[in-house]
Amino acid sequence: MAVARAPLTVDAARERAAQRRRLRRSERLRRWQAALLVAPLLLFLLVSFLLPIAGMLWRSVDNPELRTAMPATAALIRDWNGEGLPDEQVFATFAAELREAYEARTLASVAKRLAYELPGFRSLLMTTGRGLPQQPAGSWRETLIGLEPQWGEPATWVVIQRAAAPLTPLYLLAALDRHQDATGAIVRAPPDEAIYVNIFVRTFWIGFVVTFWCLLLGYPLAYKLASLPLRISNLLLILVLLPFWTSLLVRTAAWVVLLQREGPINGLLQGLAITDQPLQLVYNRFGIYVAMTHILLPFMVLPLYSVMRGIPPQYMRAAASLGARPLRAFVRVYLPQTVPGVGAGCLLVFILAIGYYITPALVGGANDQMVSYFVAFFTQQTINWGMAAALSAVLLAATLILFAVYARLVGLDRLKLS
Amino acid sequence: MMTRLPFGMSAAVATAGLLGLSTGPALAADLTVTSFGGAYQDAQREVYFEPFKQETGLDLVEDVWNGGVGAIRAKVEGGGQEWDVVQVEAEELVIGCEEGLYDLIDWEALGGKDQFIDAAVDDCGVGTIVWSTLIAYDADKITGDPPQSWADFWDTEKYPGKRGMRRHAKYTLEFALMADGVPPDQVYEVLRTPEGVDRAFAKLDEIKDDIIWWEAGAQAPQLLASGEVIMTNAYNGRISAANAEDGRNFKVVWPQSIYAVDSWVILANSPHEEAAVKFIEFASQPERQSNLPLAIAYGVTHKDAAAKIDPEVLQDLPTAPDNLAVAIELDTEFWVENVEPLMERFTAWAAQ
Repeated sequence: MAVARAPLTVDAARERAAQRRRLRRSERLRRWQAALLVAPLLLFLLVSFLLPIAGMLWRSVDNPELRTAMPATAALIRDWNGEGLPDEQVFATFAAELREAYEARTLASVAKRLAYELPGFRSLLMTTGRGLPQQPAGSWRETLIGLEPQWGEPATWVVIQRAAAPLTPLYLLAALDRHQDATGAIVRAPPDEAIYVNIFVRTFWIGFVVTFWCLLLGYPLAYKLASLPLRISNLLLILVLLPFWTSLLVRTAAWVVLLQREGPINGLLQGLAITDQPLQLVYNRFGIYVAMTHILLPFMVLPLYSVMRGIPPQYMRAAASLGARPLRAFVRVYLPQTVPGVGAGCLLVFILAIGYYITPALVGGANDQMVSYFVAFFTQQTINWGMAAALSAVLLAATLILFAVYARLVGLDRLKLS
Repeated sequence: MMTRLPFGMSAAVATAGLLGLSTGPALAADLTVTSFGGAYQDAQREVYFEPFKQETGLDLVEDVWNGGVGAIRAKVEGGGQEWDVVQVEAEELVIGCEEGLYDLIDWEALGGKDQFIDAAVDDCGVGTIVWSTLIAYDADKITGDPPQSWADFWDTEKYPGKRGMRRHAKYTLEFALMADGVPPDQVYEVLRTPEGVDRAFAKLDEIKDDIIWWEAGAQAPQLLASGEVIMTNAYNGRISAANAEDGRNFKVVWPQSIYAVDSWVILANSPHEEAAVKFIEFASQPERQSNLPLAIAYGVTHKDAAAKIDPEVLQDLPTAPDNLAVAIELDTEFWVENVEPLMERFTAWAAQ
């Protein structure tokens, strides 16, 4: 530049610095205001979302029962080398704490915890507690073995030692159909007890199939909606949303009524002589696919619709004017632009689907239950928090892995939720 | 209890509770009694709660729960306790008693243990109702020779069609063993052996493809009514209710049925222990108990109460002597100990 900037006068420089300060101050104020406005939400997320998840993950490895009810035994047996039987001191401490816990009726949670590793441990503890004398006949070791021969087996004490550790891999291993044998090696569960890997595979498969059907049904629907004038498409969108606003249980029950043996669908099929006897449409996998696809369809249609609305129709016309046939124009021009909507819809539907349990519980068979069913079983029926937490943790981990794969393949920046 | 809601609904109820939506009892009450809600609690209100209030002048407040020892533990250990007397299922009675969640019962004040049926007597609880799980069928559809036993339930040639069963190992394994010819009084003995469990699953294999599994108690009469199944196992109260309310002609099979007892307990540290004891005594009198079956089809536990019940009503109750004689009691100890491994095995079996 030929003309140099006029040298600033001292006043102007000062003026400028002051202006910059004012600007910075107001910016800082605005940042604080923004932070304050977001703070309640952050706090809410922390308290209602992150803390419970952290608590759940913690419960899947937490091992407090023995250390709470029998602290001295727990401390002693952790030093045992695991060979033969523990020494008399362990037996004596154990006997004293067992009597104390039995009388205070705090034995139940320990008994339950130990029975997870060795079936029958509950009754072993209870009957021993009931029969324990005040003074040992000989040593405590002989007394206990005399009461129940199982106290003479090292495997019994290995289980107690495992329950004395601060953390346990028991639940997470069990959620993957594995357990530790007496030597501590990780082994597979026998085939007639191995269920959870199978159930995880089933859960993801059902999620996948439901997502597939939602996409297949939702894509043309969203396309049609997006190409209609707003006045009509808004009206039709209400029809998509109407079931969405109806209770999940009501919709599930409605499908039972429709699909049952003497229901309208079977009636229609027989009336039209398509089948000569009623088909089994519900209480099996088919019923689950139908009901879940129906329930989750809006989660596919809405993101697709919002993405498709944003695609200018000129692009397709341009493609046509450049000689592309409709199919080619659709595949090369339209489809790629809807990928963010497809990704968002599939991700939403899939993640919601793998958490389902009321619908499969009511319309599925014994072989169609998903992971959440067992989480509910353990939390509500047997109060086994460790197992419920471990199943949830594995489900969460698998979901996060899938999400990461998705982010890698499609890219999170291409995700459009609305 | 047969009025228990499916998981989802109880979760909704729990959520409502968390949000402060529940009409929880006032803390100032003289006594809070918690039961399983619905038509059953309506009957209890008429037979026990209102007369108790009138007679004693105490302010009794009701609450509703859906079962689960966890809820009791939270009430007892959480402090700020507002429940005094709770009706619990047999498993909750056993587990809670071992954990010290209940007060011990003074049986002398109740007139002695021998005044009650055996299943109603426990250190921590007083049995209040008896309910059965049994075969139910639609007498409008099975018009000929009616089913008599679990062997008939398994006989798909004589009674073609699907069978409804609760999707759970509990009851299902007992029924399978009885179908396989195990005498009812030896069912739990056999089930306690690994061979017995194998035998039950082998028997279940025979009708695996013919079973429709239900989840909530209300589904059983619905499956019958819709013709989905030709017969099902069900809770007797549900079947009577369907007959009374929907004009159905459902019949139940008492031989080889399994009954269980629900009990009153007093929560440990109850601030109204005296009133709680008074209430349980009141609700355990034969002249009070004998009114309950008029309101709902459950049996009662005081031996003298049975004598006061109209024979017409009595014949539909689990506690009718004829029905009791051919039934067995649910072995709660067995299930408290084995429910997890057997449920896992059941699930693995279903997946094969």
